[in-house]
Amino acid sequence: MGFKNYILVCGGTGCESSRADQIYRSLIEEAKNQGVAEQVQVIKTGCFGFCEQGPIVKILPEDSFYVQVKPEDAKELISEHVVKGREVTRLLYNKEERKPYEEVEDIQFYKKQLRIVLRNCGSIDPENINEYIAADGYKALEKVLFEMTPENVIDELKVAGLRGRGGAGFPTWMKWNFTKQAEGDVKYVVCNADEGDPGAYMDRSTLEGDPHSVLEAMTICGYAIGAHQGFIYIRAEYPLAIHRLEVAMAQAREYGLLGKNILGSGFDYDIEIRLGAGAFVCGEETALLQSIEGKRGMPLPRPPFPASKGLWGKPTVINNVETWANIPVIITKGGEWFSQIGTQDSHGTKVFALTGKICNSGLVEVPMGTTLREIVYDIGGGIAKGKNFKAVQTGGPSGGVITEENLDTPIDFGGLQRIGSMMGSGGMIVMDNDDCIVDVAKFYLNFTVDESCGKCAPCRIGGKSLMNILEKITDGKGTPEDIDQIEKIALAMRKGSLCALGQTAPNPVLSSLKYFPEEYKSHIEDKSCPSGKCKKLIKYEIDTAKCIGCTACSRKCPVGAISGEVKKPHKIDQAVCIKCGVCKSTCKFSAIDIK
Amino acid sequence: MSILSLDDLRAIRNREEKELKKRDIHGRSVHVVVGMGTSGISAGAKVVLNTLADEIEAAGLDKVILTQTGSLAPVAEPVVEVFSKEAGLVVYGDVSKADAVRIVKEHLVAGKILEDKRVEVKED
Ligand SMILES: Cc1cc2nc3c(=O)[nH]c(=O)nc-3n(C[C@H](O)[C@H](O)[C@H](O)COP(=O)(O)O)c2cc1C
Ligand code: SF4
Ligand code: SF4
Ligand code: FES
Repeated sequence: MGFKNYILVCGGTGCESSRADQIYRSLIEEAKNQGVAEQVQVIKTGCFGFCEQGPIVKILPEDSFYVQVKPEDAKELISEHVVKGREVTRLLYNKEERKPYEEVEDIQFYKKQLRIVLRNCGSIDPENINEYIAADGYKALEKVLFEMTPENVIDELKVAGLRGRGGAGFPTWMKWNFTKQAEGDVKYVVCNADEGDPGAYMDRSTLEGDPHSVLEAMTICGYAIGAHQGFIYIRAEYPLAIHRLEVAMAQAREYGLLGKNILGSGFDYDIEIRLGAGAFVCGEETALLQSIEGKRGMPLPRPPFPASKGLWGKPTVINNVETWANIPVIITKGGEWFSQIGTQDSHGTKVFALTGKICNSGLVEVPMGTTLREIVYDIGGGIAKGKNFKAVQTGGPSGGVITEENLDTPIDFGGLQRIGSMMGSGGMIVMDNDDCIVDVAKFYLNFTVDESCGKCAPCRIGGKSLMNILEKITDGKGTPEDIDQIEKIALAMRKGSLCALGQTAPNPVLSSLKYFPEEYKSHIEDKSCPSGKCKKLIKYEIDTAKCIGCTACSRKCPVGAISGEVKKPHKIDQAVCIKCGVCKSTCKFSAIDIK
Repeated sequence: MSILSLDDLRAIRNREEKELKKRDIHGRSVHVVVGMGTSGISAGAKVVLNTLADEIEAAGLDKVILTQTGSLAPVAEPVVEVFSKEAGLVVYGDVSKADAVRIVKEHLVAGKILEDKRVEVKED
């Protein structure tokens, strides 16, 4: 007989940073102490996606979903759940009694999700190749090496209609086909795991939770295009993902799934890891290839595209982590199957990192064509703290905002573009009414200005000038002409920048201007910030009618700006006040307003 | 482990798949629960649980989950509950080792409820 219980402990970066590893070790320790070591198997998996509620522990077969678990809880989980067979109610996510048929997938957060890319995340041990193999792993490689020609492989991707998940949505089969047909006997395969978008972590989670899926896919590509060497370019800030990749590669080599004469097929292929220093621009494909070559990561003009002249001048396929993770399933289940999922324009699913002012933040994977409303309200559980929805930023620093009126737009590559945003890599940041739209635009622009490699003038100078204008506006010194100026600079950047970093850097500004013109107007004409974020435009004032003179605020003010006698209304000295907001959150009588 | 051949890989998959399946609770349509409170155990619930587990495995019923719980309905122990979408909840009381074998053979495999062992539980 197998084990009585299987305990899955999340080993993603989010949960690990809240001591999931200690929970894992304590559970094993406790099982031993309580004499049930033979009855339970404790497995450390990849991210469950529900990072908001982490650390996550799931116990099977009861399918008990425990959240916010602490190492101290290990004892009770073993003594109650495993030994006595009673769920530890206080740690359950869903504390109401479950019907026997209800699975974890029935809870709101998972209901509308479809996990293809994340199929193994949270269910297998990423450091054990046998578990990947058991979950149909390396079946696609088997099929490709022994039953398919390189042309068949590319055709299957064509039927699937897979488009790149790294941002631009370029058809993967075409890229492979160009590279296959390019002249030259040495070719390369590259995995782009640079993932620099603020707030994005889907690639990291995929590598942490299912590294073999990427290795398998890259090997398949090598066979299809005639390459024998692959590289994974990953930022050094992802130590756990790097570790899991290294373990996976060593196991794959031991099993003969990487190296010479793979599975006796005669095909040789190996993969190496290259670490990046975490510059956003190094995610751009030509800059990335330069960086692998040991040069400074700066974009090059395209064409030539990597498919004809890539790494060391050789034809190269470069794909994003999520793109790779789709490929083994497409081969095993067929392109036809994949093409049925999603929309006409975009097949399959997309993983989003949902963050910001949302109840359930985390990693979500949904079929293309799901609406933003479904993601924010059904999966995300709506806006946190009962506040009102304002907008969602998709596409990171290259994307734009989506407002209430477009909440029902089906999300796919084309759909997002039509409403002035873009898919990007899948960061999704939710804003509520406390967020100032000009401030948010400034945040993204500041990011791209910082990350610009400085090679070309439109990006280097244009970005900085745009930033100056936004600062002027949030300082209350904006003029109506600034808006025209923004549009002019944006156009120049879009037309004249060498790479997409500069070309798309104005997008967050343009899109917020398009959807929230009145908010820009308040800043410029009324010198006021409606959400009370821009410090230079706001004043903290005490409402003398409400102030009872409790002195609480004056004691808390860090700069002594508040004066007044006990039991008499207090007053803020505007010349001294640094607008930290402490007094407002201290006052129990809501006597302090932002004006 | 040395370099694998295609057959080796398939052999590993076949072996490991069985293990992984045990963790896969999707599409399981029958849920069997054994009451393992202190009184249940002293009445022989442990033997019943082990018998059920062995018989379910022997019959290759991969759509069945077997779990245990503290105390169940207040009827003669050992108690075994079987939930299925078709028949809803069926409670068996005073289950012996032989009854456990019958539960698997008759109820789980053949779909016939063991009327002689069934007990009614009052909803309150
Ligand atoms: C500034 C900049 C940053 C980029 N960062 C990434 C990244 O972190 N990860 C990624 O996969 N693609 C990134 N890209 C897109 C890549 O250039 C390239 O299109 C992608 O890796 C191709 O893979 P795909 O076809 O699978 O999407 C970036 C592009 C630009 C312009
Ligand atoms: S657009 Fe910006 S990031 Fe891209 S090459 Fe020019 S300066 Fe560098
Ligand atoms: S906002 Fe800060 S600095 Fe200004 S009065 Fe209140 S506590 Fe003092
Ligand atoms: S890291 Fe544990 S759920 Fe995401």
